[in-house]
Amino acid sequence: MIIYGVALLAFCYLVGQLLGEYLGLLIGVEANVGGVGFAMLLLVLLNDWLHKKGHLDLSTEAGMYFWNQMYIPIIVAMAATQNVKLAVTSGLIVVLAGSVPVILCIAVLPLLSRLSQVTPASRNGNPE
Amino acid sequence: MEILSKFLDKNGLIFTFLVVGVILYGSALLSKKLTNRKIPGSAIAIIVGLALAYLGGVYSGGQKGLADVPFFSGFGLMGGAMFRDFTVVATALGASLAVMRSTGWVGALSLLLGIVLSFLGGVLVALLWGYRDAVSLTTLGAGACTYIVGPVTGAAIGASSELIALSIAAGVVKTIVVTIGTPFIARSIGLNNPHTAMIFGGLMGTTSGVTAGLAATDPKLVPYGALTATFYTGLGCLLCPSALYLLMRMIF
Repeated sequence: MIIYGVALLAFCYLVGQLLGEYLGLLIGVEANVGGVGFAMLLLVLLNDWLHKKGHLDLSTEAGMYFWNQMYIPIIVAMAATQNVKLAVTSGLIVVLAGSVPVILCIAVLPLLSRLSQVTPASRNGNPE
Repeated sequence: MEILSKFLDKNGLIFTFLVVGVILYGSALLSKKLTNRKIPGSAIAIIVGLALAYLGGVYSGGQKGLADVPFFSGFGLMGGAMFRDFTVVATALGASLAVMRSTGWVGALSLLLGIVLSFLGGVLVALLWGYRDAVSLTTLGAGACTYIVGPVTGAAIGASSELIALSIAAGVVKTIVVTIGTPFIARSIGLNNPHTAMIFGGLMGTTSGVTAGLAATDPKLVPYGALTATFYTGLGCLLCPSALYLLMRMIF
């Protein structure tokens, strides 16, 4: 059943987000700390476990892959709701304050990535 | 007209599905015909989205881009944090646990470095503009982390509302720069594998920017970038008003 997949996804999402809320509360900040990350880890683990047990049929997986595929359309909708006007009209200080950090961080990325080089076997990006 | 307006308001989310579908179809067509698939259709669609957000903001004077324009209120729901996070979680289905585990400590280091470097970058720009007090410097530095860290920090240390507005704007600029820039620089910084994507997410931190930028680069990398980026805003809200603010107080 498709709804089983959607419900499983919803379960992981809610548990992870709730954990993130409580972690934020615990360290005393007004923000969700890692909610999406916890939800993703839970989903990967649960999915793996259910798969091994043989509890996942095709339609259950379809319920999860639908949302997996809806990701880019939702990002497009999100882009359309950003406060772009504020960014464009706030002047040079804001443009610099927003882009200088990006440049700094990009500069250290190759360093960090080399520092922690993983074995070629665990890379599964798209080799070119 | 009034009937149409009411109708679209009632069916906002469904209408948004249609509009976004048309945007993605048009972008795929543009990508094929104009750029020979060199610029991915999703990247074009995201830029179209940002352009529409600008037009929407100019037209309505609101803060939520296209979502403030009467016919397009459904964009607020489809493009909101709930659907975004739900689908980002769903992208984890294709992710490898082994890679996530092997990136553990570098992921944490990238988060810390990302926050400190972004903060210092923001502070540097604020210094150039003549700000010399710890509260202003910290608020702008926090805004350079994400557009949530900025106002949370500013409110915590008692910054003025103009400064908080500036810090939000800086965060929004960062999101847009990361969104548009990622596909273009990905090749030259070696951003083509899950491991680097996790470090990238930790360094940049803006969940919207990282996920949108990676989606336009290679959708397979999205879950890895999102996994680290999701910790960034929370850690930023922890570090900026405390350790980093104290550091600024000590210097200025």
